[in-house]
Amino acid sequence: MLEVDNLSAGYRGHQVLWNVSIRVDAGEVVALLGPNGSGKSTLMNSISRLVERLDGRIVFDGIALHALPAHRLLGCGLSHVLERHRLFPYMSVLENLQLGAGPRAPRRAVAEGLDRAYGLFPRLRERAGQMAGSLSGGEQQMCAIARGLMSRPRMLLIDEPFIGLSPHMRTDVAAALDRINRDGVAILLIEQNVAAALAMSRRCYVLREGRVALHGPSAELAAGGAVERAFLGRLDPAGAAVN
Amino acid sequence: MSEQLIIQLIVSGLGMGFIFALIAIGLTLIYGVMNVVNFAHGEFLMLGMYASYLAFATWGADPLVTLPFVVAAMFGFGLLVYYLLIRQVLGGSMQAQIFATFGLMVFLQAAAQFVMGADYFAVRDSWLSGVVTVGGVVLPVPQLAAVAGASLATAALYLLVFRTAVGRQLRAAAQDAQAASTLGINPSAMYALAWGIGSACVGVAASLLSNFYYVFPRVGAIFVLLAYVAVALGGFGSIHGALVAGLLIGLLQVLTGFFVSSELKFVPVYMLYLAVVLLRPRGLFGRS
Repeated sequence: MLEVDNLSAGYRGHQVLWNVSIRVDAGEVVALLGPNGSGKSTLMNSISRLVERLDGRIVFDGIALHALPAHRLLGCGLSHVLERHRLFPYMSVLENLQLGAGPRAPRRAVAEGLDRAYGLFPRLRERAGQMAGSLSGGEQQMCAIARGLMSRPRMLLIDEPFIGLSPHMRTDVAAALDRINRDGVAILLIEQNVAAALAMSRRCYVLREGRVALHGPSAELAAGGAVERAFLGRLDPAGAAVN
Repeated sequence: MSEQLIIQLIVSGLGMGFIFALIAIGLTLIYGVMNVVNFAHGEFLMLGMYASYLAFATWGADPLVTLPFVVAAMFGFGLLVYYLLIRQVLGGSMQAQIFATFGLMVFLQAAAQFVMGADYFAVRDSWLSGVVTVGGVVLPVPQLAAVAGASLATAALYLLVFRTAVGRQLRAAAQDAQAASTLGINPSAMYALAWGIGSACVGVAASLLSNFYYVFPRVGAIFVLLAYVAVALGGFGSIHGALVAGLLIGLLQVLTGFFVSSELKFVPVYMLYLAVVLLRPRGLFGRS
């Protein structure tokens, strides 16, 4: 469904990603792991065309995303919930959700989207008229996820959805993501907590210094301790982690 | 001191105030959406006033009749300036952006002087001239029209920005352009729209102002300086702030001009500005 092939990318002459290849199949949950500064967010932002691509291809359902501007991606069925939720703080929860449906969404699609959003997170209905900036951290994350789903995407990119959440909120958000996935939405997720990420995902990629250091089925990686080695070990010249 | 006189002064002050407010709203909208200060904003006013005057002098078309055309033309001019000039310097340094609009200001002033000369021109005996007597109070028609027209324009703008889907997208791009782009909004189109609407506001102000103010190449400087004060006073990027501050400035200068001295009419305006900037740097309605 999503195929990133030999991607190199970076910011203004500072290259961050080196020949990264990842794949997400339809309906799958895939986790991106890696230490701070390993390029996880840069990779996700490159997929959604917010970071300049230097080389490589990004293909989503046969569409060459790397040739499109960022604002065209929502229409392709790809939605990105940015790091730190990035709600519009001076707009109401309702307005944030309405914007999530996309600029050309018909009125009915917006109404249906709102119903789904409130079904997923009932608390948002109570908060609909409130400024998004005044919500608690957990509510903001819920609002961001709900906003990301308003356009009925087939795939959701979500960058650290659990950061700063209370354990109770974590459970709620994890349950919501599970429900979203069971409705057929593929999820690519960045998460710092290795155990949580492995538990939630079917496959996982570990990034290290802008390269894929390790990848495989999450269940296997969880058992072998290979992830810890990829995080902490030396890199051999080919980029794979060794101990 | 009669009540009539007070009412006359207030109408006159509000008339000026609404003109300042409309100019300031255009400025603050462009600034709020893309953090660019349009130093040529006063010259946009000058262009609109010349358009209004020339249509009157050439075809006898009243400024009220040409108002929608001037507004539409100014909207187009705003788009043009965005696409031909501003977009080219957006990725550049702050200085590049400042010099782009500052250079445009110098260019437009010089071009106006070259084409029209330095003479002052005024629209005489338009439909909206003279006075009207309401319950014993003599009120100047052009100022009354400025109050009516500008408040209608402000209300229309308010509805557009705060009550429509396009306005929502515009505010989204203003608050977080990158997040907006992940939601299918093209920030560049929103920037262009801000320039179009900002210039159209000036077009309304120019048409209304041409009924009671003369036009010359540097006329913009007089109004835009106070509009900048209104923007800072109201809080950068705040439409409500620009409106309130513009009206306040109009009233203050007219009342001071009458009760104190017309040479000192701007003194309390700038005193208020300094006081607000010192005590509340983000302005009356600004976000910290």
